[in-house]
Amino acid sequence: MTVSQARFREAVLDPAAAVPPGLQDGQRAPAGNRFSVYRNNVIVSLTEALQTAFPLVAKLVGGDRFSRLAAVYVREHPPKSPLMMHYGVDFPAFLEGFAPLQHIGYLPDCARLDLLIRQSYHAADAPPVPAERLQCAPEDLVTLRLSLAPAVRILRSPWPVHDIWRMNTQEGAPKPRPVAQDVMIARPGFDPAPWLLPPGGACWLDCLGRGLTLGEAHEAALAETADFDLAAVLTLALQSGALTDPTTKDG
Amino acid sequence: MSNTMKTVAIASAVAAAMTAQVTTAQAASKEKCYGVSLAGANDCAAGPGTTCAGTSTVDYQGNAWTLVDAGTCTEIELPAMADGTAREGSLEELERDLPA
Amino acid sequence: MLDTASRFSDLPAAPGVGYKAQHFDAICKDAGPVAWIEVHAENYMGAGGRPLAQLRALSERFALSIHGVGLSIGGEEPLDPDHLARLQHLLKWSQPASFSEHLAWSTHGAEFLNDLLPLPYTNDTLSRVANHIDEVQERLQRPMLLENPSSYLAFAESTWSETDFLAELVRRTGCGLLLDVNNVFISATNLGLSAQAYLDAFPLHAVGEIHVGGHDAQTDDHGAPLLIDSHGKPVIDPVWALLDRVLARGGPRPVLVEWDTDVPDWSVLRAEAERAATALALVT
Repeated sequence: MTVSQARFREAVLDPAAAVPPGLQDGQRAPAGNRFSVYRNNVIVSLTEALQTAFPLVAKLVGGDRFSRLAAVYVREHPPKSPLMMHYGVDFPAFLEGFAPLQHIGYLPDCARLDLLIRQSYHAADAPPVPAERLQCAPEDLVTLRLSLAPAVRILRSPWPVHDIWRMNTQEGAPKPRPVAQDVMIARPGFDPAPWLLPPGGACWLDCLGRGLTLGEAHEAALAETADFDLAAVLTLALQSGALTDPTTKDG
Repeated sequence: MSNTMKTVAIASAVAAAMTAQVTTAQAASKEKCYGVSLAGANDCAAGPGTTCAGTSTVDYQGNAWTLVDAGTCTEIELPAMADGTAREGSLEELERDLPA
Repeated sequence: MLDTASRFSDLPAAPGVGYKAQHFDAICKDAGPVAWIEVHAENYMGAGGRPLAQLRALSERFALSIHGVGLSIGGEEPLDPDHLARLQHLLKWSQPASFSEHLAWSTHGAEFLNDLLPLPYTNDTLSRVANHIDEVQERLQRPMLLENPSSYLAFAESTWSETDFLAELVRRTGCGLLLDVNNVFISATNLGLSAQAYLDAFPLHAVGEIHVGGHDAQTDDHGAPLLIDSHGKPVIDPVWALLDRVLARGGPRPVLVEWDTDVPDWSVLRAEAERAATALALVT
């Protein structure tokens, strides 16, 4: 009686499946609840990984409900890679299709925020653009190209995701306002955090990320947002280490 | 806006932003946001065995999903989104919309 | 097969600890008797950020053991070439004193189950695992250590004892072994075997590293003890006693204290390392 790994896997993920015959205790009696150790290890370890990976979602739905939610997700979407740091990329889309929680419309974008913060945490290091690079003649500034640091992520949401994040992470933060919000996740040093972008900011950053010049990005942002405030976005981007110099080798 | 005006606009925005200080990295110090470092970490320990998470079937439609007192989402009221693209109910609407 | 010469790892025969990010400041300030640290390979395979910066800083101070938990060396399918490449890259820049993995499987059909799943000890398993170890050692150009598992059940189809199975893998591949004494205690208790007899049969000459750790206790359907390898408690006295026995027979080795769940303050883990130092002092 051989127990293939396919058979073992199937029984581990399906609590209703019988314990594969051929698995025993030390007295050659059927393994019984000894097999549950593996069932629990797999489901609990993946559930806990998801819970630490999506702290905002876990807080929003509550720990107990999150565990039930995770138990559904981990069985439908076991990891595709042995790197648990990447686990859960399908979780936002899964939430979108998960009927029992669809009344919480902002939940998938909150999951995206959690995911992007984690991606930012593990992204490659890059030195921020040195101030001298911006100390040039006005006409040279227009043609200057800057890159986004590898740790930068942009999330454009129809929901107040930044407000929701603040309310759940900062003591005494106000309740979310009913507005759409664009968020930039950046990592000054090693601690990623989301910043609320002013209107047009996401467009401007996106243009820089695609290799456009400061002039081209400014024009695109103005086309999208008439009162686009370049100084505000640039200040934010410089303070958060979001910009790098594409001409630096490791930048 | 003329090209000159655009150039001036960019130059003055850059000048204003230059006063911003770039925070420098604390090379390998302790986590500021401790939760992130553990996010999905691999380890070789077995999960706490007393749990029945691996052996219980999951109830999709049970009341547990609709407990409005679980989690902070119950404190968020977004009656109408400014841009009209999405809607979240008030607490009253939420309770009304939930399956019994 | 690689020529592994006489050494299986370059770790010092001193106490080490499983490194946890929350201990970074404390361990740098006050390492106590800890001469080396062990990290799980998969947690340092990101592109950058704090994990890699910490590992770089720590590797300047401590000897380093890279302990893989995701290679699925006992898997029925071929080893994941992407994962091997990631391991190769990590080992290249971190230059660890030791690399180890588990006698277990975790990946099937491109799904990673995030647990160390058990293997039947058959001729088929033996040749498959031996081939995988050969492949790893060729690829990484260094000998690896293979760790004995914690067993919660047995396979009716097994024809080898675990100790003979491991000894045969050493013979065929030239790999070394990572002897987890806590796992021996757990498996022996769970399967009604003698831990001392297991250790007496263990090929100690190939042991390049020893693990101790804590476990949880439950019971099976018949009320028999069922110990769980949770790494969330202090090492119990019977496990320390087994360590003494191994060291007395095999001589001093690198001894690692593992603590992965409910991780305590550094002082608690350091005290465990001190106990390991005491055990080592008896045979040094």
